[in-house]
Amino acid sequence: MKKVFARPESLKLTPFHYCPGCGHSIIHRLVSEVIDELGIRERTVGVPPAGCAVLAYNYFDVDMAEAPHGRAAAVATGIKRVRPDLVAFSYQGDGDIAAIGTAETIHAANRGERITAIFVNNAVYGMTGGQMAPTTISGQVTTTTPLGRAPLRDGYPLDLSEMLGIAAGSVYIERTSVSSPKWINKTKKAIRKAFMVQLEDRGFSLVEILSPCPTNWKMTPVQSIRWVEETMMTIFPPKVIKDVA
Amino acid sequence: MKGKIEIDQELCKGCGLCIQVCPKKQIEFSDALNKKGYYPASFKERDRKTTEKLECTGCALCAIQCPDVAIEVYREEKEQSTTAKKAAPTDE
Repeated sequence: MKKVFARPESLKLTPFHYCPGCGHSIIHRLVSEVIDELGIRERTVGVPPAGCAVLAYNYFDVDMAEAPHGRAAAVATGIKRVRPDLVAFSYQGDGDIAAIGTAETIHAANRGERITAIFVNNAVYGMTGGQMAPTTISGQVTTTTPLGRAPLRDGYPLDLSEMLGIAAGSVYIERTSVSSPKWINKTKKAIRKAFMVQLEDRGFSLVEILSPCPTNWKMTPVQSIRWVEETMMTIFPPKVIKDVA
Repeated sequence: MKGKIEIDQELCKGCGLCIQVCPKKQIEFSDALNKKGYYPASFKERDRKTTEKLECTGCALCAIQCPDVAIEVYREEKEQSTTAKKAAPTDE
């Protein structure tokens, strides 16, 4: 029998520290597969965030440069400007890219930096214990909104991808999910396209990925992927937000 | 048997997502704990009650969904040209 599915080369054989059912490791695998397929492993530099994926350098077998909280877009910009031959991607969670890093991200997109951002949206601050994030949906229970997020008090969920779609320098923005094999395959295509936009030197590309966080949502892994499809997708509908490529 | 999977018992964290997506219902939780203290998923080659041999097609849905990249999928070579591209576009 022939092996038809195995661990990609750009993903080290280190057991993930993520919780059971976490979407991060699926996205790690997809990014690694795309890097392998495009044959850019030797010239790719990743910029992990502060958050659960802060240890991503333990898993990706490519060069990584850690960024201060939220500043991955700025660090990736620096890498790409100094060495335009490299492929720079940032890997950020919603607490990183949509809260503390909003300014850097919007300006990087508006300048049309040739970088690729992987935006993992799980609607909660995962690593610090499940506090409300800007992307937390209305009514969602977190440790800082025990009665559910009330928009009049806590504000409305932030749709960063739509904001970046308005920025003139962004070329490709898509929102997908990792809640089922169908969506995972779509996500991989989106990540591949985002990297291609960078390789063709067109401008800023971002893929937002709705990802389950069973631990902080207080759900089982199976319940959490259902919650992504039934609840989260109504607030953050998966679609191509901008594609001028 | 058209296909088979191998689950790395030590990488698996027992989240059960592969069990949910398997169209042939051929994956189940193991009875034994792994070193990390999870009940890992294991591949079921025969039905528990009827002891009938089950037919894994090697569709790789479990491996695509697996958050810990613990599953490797094997498929018979004859079927390669017709099913490989359709079922597993992620692996080339």
